[in-house]
Amino acid sequence: MDVIATAFGLVFDPYVLGVILFSALFGLFVGSIPGLTATMATALLVPVTFFMDPVPALAAIVTAVAMAIFAGDIPGALLRIPGTPASAAYVDEAYTLTQKGLAERALGTSLVCASIGGLFGTIVLVTSAPTLADFALNFSSYEYFWLACLGLTCAAIISTESPVQGLVSLLIGLFISTIGLGIVGGYPRFTFGSIELMGGVSFIPAMIGMFAVTEIIRYTVTISQPPAIPQQAIGNLFAGLWPTLKKYKLNLLRGSLIGTAIGALPGAGADIAAWIAYAVSKKTSKEPEKFGTGHVEGLVDAGAANNAGLGGAWVPAIVFGIPGDSITAIVIGVLYMKGMNPGPTVFLNDPELIYAVFITFFVANIALIPLGFLAIRSARQILRVPRRALMPVILVFCVVGSFAINNTVFGVTIMLVLGIVAYVMEENRIPVAPAILGIVLGPMLEDNFLTSMIKSDGSIIGFFDRPISGVLGVVTILVWMVPLVLMIRRKRRGPKLA
Amino acid sequence: MRFNDAITGLVLLLFGAAVTIHSQLNFPGLPGQNYGPAFFPTIIGVGLAGCGVILIIQGILKRHEVPLVVVGEWARSPRHRTNLALILASLLFYILVVDFLGFVITSLAITVLMMVRFGVRPLNALFMATGSTLIIHTFFYKFLLVPLPWGITQAIAW
Repeated sequence: MDVIATAFGLVFDPYVLGVILFSALFGLFVGSIPGLTATMATALLVPVTFFMDPVPALAAIVTAVAMAIFAGDIPGALLRIPGTPASAAYVDEAYTLTQKGLAERALGTSLVCASIGGLFGTIVLVTSAPTLADFALNFSSYEYFWLACLGLTCAAIISTESPVQGLVSLLIGLFISTIGLGIVGGYPRFTFGSIELMGGVSFIPAMIGMFAVTEIIRYTVTISQPPAIPQQAIGNLFAGLWPTLKKYKLNLLRGSLIGTAIGALPGAGADIAAWIAYAVSKKTSKEPEKFGTGHVEGLVDAGAANNAGLGGAWVPAIVFGIPGDSITAIVIGVLYMKGMNPGPTVFLNDPELIYAVFITFFVANIALIPLGFLAIRSARQILRVPRRALMPVILVFCVVGSFAINNTVFGVTIMLVLGIVAYVMEENRIPVAPAILGIVLGPMLEDNFLTSMIKSDGSIIGFFDRPISGVLGVVTILVWMVPLVLMIRRKRRGPKLA
Repeated sequence: MRFNDAITGLVLLLFGAAVTIHSQLNFPGLPGQNYGPAFFPTIIGVGLAGCGVILIIQGILKRHEVPLVVVGEWARSPRHRTNLALILASLLFYILVVDFLGFVITSLAITVLMMVRFGVRPLNALFMATGSTLIIHTFFYKFLLVPLPWGITQAIAW
């Protein structure tokens, strides 16, 4: 109880509350602007959080992301452009509602469902994480090795249509993580005499390059006339909402459940959660023919799912130190920078910190209703902000953020190089998220792998000797087999089709 | 700019091979142990090379459907090509001259240039670039105590 009281004290501190409010407005703004994603919001926030204590730093990220994921629905409904990828699943549905003159119905439903879904995900996080952590305390280097493998493999397989591309991305990330003084023996690797590379590729400039600079490059090569802003007035958001929620309460529960579960899977985040929840909603609906014609049912499911996914993604991140998506990968990186070891021991060493994160999740999802309401009210003003003026400013912000970590221009170079690499990767359908997981988890994977190899004297048996590591190992190898089996099956079927 | 998988694969194969060979030749073993600094990079290198081979095979199988290089629409539009070049040049310019010109001038220069290029009216661009540069500078320099370089503006540093 003491711990929870301390945690409340940490969160309800004027400074932290100020940070939460600022990050909320920031998240709503970034999420509402098409082309700026929730991941980018995180990437831009991290250099600022670098200068904060752990609690305000984590509170800033939690709040900004929750707000940005909802705010992505605003341009989706008004302009038919999803503000963040997580809103893409139901953007047509929401826009059709707007065309029918029901913009307030679409946005009001999204807002309330986002908040409820977010709270549901938080409750799952709060109840499951401590229990799982208790169990994870028995883990040794073997278990962590397998967990890291499992997390990285899932990330590589789930996030892409082709597992080879996902694996390539992951390996590129792992390679980047080996640059610098090695964790074994402190030997400089791939530095080619550069003193600045000895310290390794700093995580913050890398992440800003891969998630923010790529977005700016993509904007500059697709620049076109800004979309017309609808002049339609937005009526009372909450009118007629209660009957809708009552009618679709099961959808709300199901969407939240699907969102949390998918969020907790390594590699799948809020956007995949929204797609699946929308598809399930349509499939099991009593009126599937109404989907796509401005029907709120799918919005209830998917709107709840993407926000629920955020809480879910924190479960593996906080319990095992294995991130569920690119945003939690960034969070793990931030924790390492703050000198904390994400994993079950956090619950023993800094329990008040974890409870502070839990409380922030509740605060953010409750504050979503009034702040989201304001954002919808001022949507037309936000959407009028010219992106051609905004993008250069964001680029300078990226530059300063990359510089600020080690106070060297070398950070800006890393940002530029990895921004270009990530852009070329995405153009060739190689996803970027597994690479960032690789950069963050690389050192831990190598450390656990070498420790395990040395402990078992090179024998593979050691990796399966302990019961939990044995199960994890077998599961991981089965997951590795999946793409092979699929490929063989496709080959067998291939000739008949051809 | 999208390449046929065979080209991507070839690049990865060469890169993976280079990583593997470099690790094996140059990284010392630890006395009395089989697993040293070369072990992990070697696995990564072999993995990359393996993925490269798979992509080459996939690319060759699909060579009739997928051309070697698909140039994005932007590359055929001089306007978008210049935009891209400008972004990269601005960053390079910043990296090279910021220590000499100082943050304020460098940031002002690249912001105005990009804004005008993207279609903001010059006077507006100057106004907005000055505002944003000063806000970012104050925020990072005064509040977060990041030592942004002053360069030649050291004399009027505030």
